[in-house]
Amino acid sequence: MNDDNLIERYKPEDRANHWLTAITLILLALSGLALFHPAFFWLTNLFGGGTWTRILHPFIGVVLAVSFWFLAQRFRAYNRITDADREWMRHIRDVLAKREQNLPEVGRYNAGQKYLFWVMVTTIALLLVSGIVLWQPWFAPWFPVGLTRVAALIHALAAFVLIAATLAHIYAAIWVKGSISAMTRGSVSRAWAKQHHPGWYREMTKGAK
Amino acid sequence: MALQSLDIVRRSATTTPSPGVRETQKVAKLIDISKCIGCKACQVACMEWNDLRDEVGTNHGIYDNPIDLTDKSWTVMRFSEVEIEKGKLEWLIRKDGCMHCADPGCLKACPAPGAIVQYSNGIVDFHEENCIGCGYCITGCPFNIPRISKKDSKAYKCTLCSDRVSVGLEPACVKTCPTGALVFGSKEDMIHHAEERIVDLKSRGFQNAGLYDPPGVGGTHVMYVLQHADMPEIYNGLPKDPQISPMVALWKGALKPILSFGLGLVALAGFFHYVTVGPNETKEDANENRHGR
Repeated sequence: MNDDNLIERYKPEDRANHWLTAITLILLALSGLALFHPAFFWLTNLFGGGTWTRILHPFIGVVLAVSFWFLAQRFRAYNRITDADREWMRHIRDVLAKREQNLPEVGRYNAGQKYLFWVMVTTIALLLVSGIVLWQPWFAPWFPVGLTRVAALIHALAAFVLIAATLAHIYAAIWVKGSISAMTRGSVSRAWAKQHHPGWYREMTKGAK
Repeated sequence: MALQSLDIVRRSATTTPSPGVRETQKVAKLIDISKCIGCKACQVACMEWNDLRDEVGTNHGIYDNPIDLTDKSWTVMRFSEVEIEKGKLEWLIRKDGCMHCADPGCLKACPAPGAIVQYSNGIVDFHEENCIGCGYCITGCPFNIPRISKKDSKAYKCTLCSDRVSVGLEPACVKTCPTGALVFGSKEDMIHHAEERIVDLKSRGFQNAGLYDPPGVGGTHVMYVLQHADMPEIYNGLPKDPQISPMVALWKGALKPILSFGLGLVALAGFFHYVTVGPNETKEDANENRHGR
């Protein structure tokens, strides 16, 4: 493989930040589901039992929130929604059917990636706030029971949206071949960039060759 | 706190039937507020039988002592001074504690399998060795009863002396009550007894006397005879129409299976998309070297 053929997409610190967020999010999804539906209670075994799951979950949540906050600062500027993005969303069938020629030009991120970003920003903020309200034994006793009930409902709904969005994110990375190296090695092939993110490719190669 | 039982009708966070071949009679404790003198013998009996000693607190300027339920004080007399008719002071003393709902919100909300059970006699019991300390029972309870211990982060509340009742004894508080304000027996008998008491109270001028057995939680296995059943709130905030909060009902009712199923569908949708549409591969660009992989 020659380096000429690759374009840098993520710096090492971007990757580290992404994977810290990813690991904590997976741990949170597993421990959260364990306490959500009895069908998943066995997942508490991964964390040392039910009580340990209850103790660890909120601390991991704080790590996620901090890690994601930095990630959001890094990528916020690339995720502004434009008219082209709204057009892209109207072509979602073309996206799923791999008819990329019918799509408006995609820059560094496509509209699906951008909306995922904003869904994550929103749900993680909601999860953090509602999670603090539910946090036993430290914070929950401060709040009236009516508020903890609302928080429990918001926490469950936001977690559902976040987990579903994350599954879509993981699937997209598996589905679009050549994407995963962006986050593991930091680079993608020129052909990948040209095909999936032509606007970004043009920007990156401006001036050079 | 009994560990082995054959008469469990409901068990928290459990989707299959619980051991329940033994059927027992529905029981109830009837608290006749018109007969209570506020002596707190029931509080003492509760401490003694359960072998719990709460910290000696401070006087808050009212008779309530301790001021609230705790992990060690499972019942507390709550004193209210009210004037329904001008110039006629009434001292209403309500023995507060778990109501043992037929439809228990604590059990519905609890995520830990077997931390809360309901026996066929109607008693709702916490099994603390299974409790994970999340506090969801508190969000589920319409009566503000469970308390998390600061010592062990487990939830505690009145057991209706399930250990005594299972061997044919009445609860400790009932055993000790000197005025007969507390009586215990089958739920049916207790309702009959309450009816007689209500007739008596009505004849004494309490026109709105009645039984507190709130249907919003399916009835309770601790019931009150109230002199003013039309205004349960005057008894230190006894809720008029208690029910499991719609938030909790939604969260631990419909959403629990629907959202879980939804996540499964999302994962399956991805899988089937992949095996039908196929991966989105990078088309080879004639002008470029093939990207190794």
